[in-house]
Amino acid sequence: MGTIEQNILKEVAGLDALPVGAYNIRTNGASSARNTTANIDIVTKEDKPGINIIIKPGTTNESVHIPVVVSEAGLKDMVYNDFYIGENADVTIIAGCGIHSCGDADSGHDGIHTFYVAKGAKVRYVEKHYGEGDADATGKRLMNPTTVVHLGENAQMTMETSQISGIDDTLRITEADLADGAKLEIHDSIMTTGEQNADAQFTADLNGEDCSCNIVSRTVAKGNSRQHYTSTLNGNNRCAGHTECDSILMDNAYVLATPQLSAATTEASLIHEAAIGKIAGEQLIKLMTLGLTEEEAEEQIISGFLK
Amino acid sequence: MLELQDICYETENGKLILDHINAKIEDHFVVITGPNGSGKSTLAKVIAGILQPSQGRILFQGEDITDWSITERANHGISYAFQQPVRFKGLTVRDLMSLAAGKDASLNELCELLSEVGLCAKDYIQRDLDGSLSGGELKRIEIAMAFARNSALTLFDEPEAGIDLWSFQKLIHVFEKMVATNDGNILIISHQERILEIADKILYLKDGQVAKFDTRDQVLPEIMGVPAGACRVLTEKMKED
Repeated sequence: MGTIEQNILKEVAGLDALPVGAYNIRTNGASSARNTTANIDIVTKEDKPGINIIIKPGTTNESVHIPVVVSEAGLKDMVYNDFYIGENADVTIIAGCGIHSCGDADSGHDGIHTFYVAKGAKVRYVEKHYGEGDADATGKRLMNPTTVVHLGENAQMTMETSQISGIDDTLRITEADLADGAKLEIHDSIMTTGEQNADAQFTADLNGEDCSCNIVSRTVAKGNSRQHYTSTLNGNNRCAGHTECDSILMDNAYVLATPQLSAATTEASLIHEAAIGKIAGEQLIKLMTLGLTEEEAEEQIISGFLK
Repeated sequence: MLELQDICYETENGKLILDHINAKIEDHFVVITGPNGSGKSTLAKVIAGILQPSQGRILFQGEDITDWSITERANHGISYAFQQPVRFKGLTVRDLMSLAAGKDASLNELCELLSEVGLCAKDYIQRDLDGSLSGGELKRIEIAMAFARNSALTLFDEPEAGIDLWSFQKLIHVFEKMVATNDGNILIISHQERILEIADKILYLKDGQVAKFDTRDQVLPEIMGVPAGACRVLTEKMKED
């Protein structure tokens, strides 16, 4: 693995070396390193590209890293990863994809992740998307991740997803269905710059009694970039749902936020919030009275906002 | 220390908020007081560089700082605790306190600073400085940030505003301690009698002008006997009744 690939692994998965526990590192369309443990198995799919990650019931304090690196110009990588999380397991899954573009052909990665989270299991899922390129590279970096989550009875999942820099065009789809007592928490951060475009679509079907879902999205749009955020909560039972989209708008950027709620029962309690605006002047002034320049203050506010 | 020379501030629609202010502020603990709308907060903002005066000069430690930015003034020893604390999504109490201190503040340092304003650091440092904190909590953190800066001149704009009376009684001790330690000069906008009572000097602003600027013993008896900012029309009417 070269320096470029190592740098990308550090950016998307915080890895300086091979991780502890189970992992599968995918480089330019093929698995380049893999490790399994007594409780976590990783099996290559036979019918299509991708892997099955099978976590035994009751597995706790274990993690799975599945980073993807694309460093070949013109490569369009498509992968299907299915996660089977056994009953009462409690695990962390670190995914993430980084693209380094070096030519004039577009490079892309489309990952379709499907989670089957069994009764009482808990998952923390961290996904980071990142792009970089050579100074003379003109090829676009494209990423279209789809995440499908099936949460069983009393299962819980926390998703921390982010795409802070370097992706030119993205369509991010997240779909979830929740059984009785299930809980889904999503924290999504996006920053777009230049001519980039980001489309994020969340849909959660709150089917089970007393299930709950909280989606918090923070975005920053700079330059001429465009963002469209759609979040739909369908309350089909006694449940609680909250979706929030906060955007900081700068320069000539454009943001469209479309939160949507549907309730099929009077017992569904659903709330949406959306706010788009520039950085508050008083925030800049406060930080400047602490000795920061206007640029430093802006940077501090944005990095905190997207944290 | 700080000299205001003929400072005027006029709003865009021509209203004169500060009307030829002249004052040499050299004492350790100076309180600016006066009726609502007399220009106290505007004056503090002009000193901190948030508002640019329409005319006049500001000298700080002998240097003309009139054209300096907020950042330059902050880096040369002027701190400003806002009357209405600013909220930040995503920045924690620790982040802001560290920015104020100019370094990564340790838990011990944070504990010392926050306990001065009656907060336990452990309960607060990881919390975002946003709407999840009450107005009183935000205000105390705002004051603690000003302490953390340890500046040559600290401006406090109505530190009592938004803090319940019981908590403020405790905060008074903090200001009393600042007076005793003689660390840096304090310029504080306040209506609180107990703050006025520990002032070296009191600057009484009225209608954008310096009505009085003298020692506490000279100013306090006069202003305490006058219903500050009483409406002339209403006063006349009350006399008639």
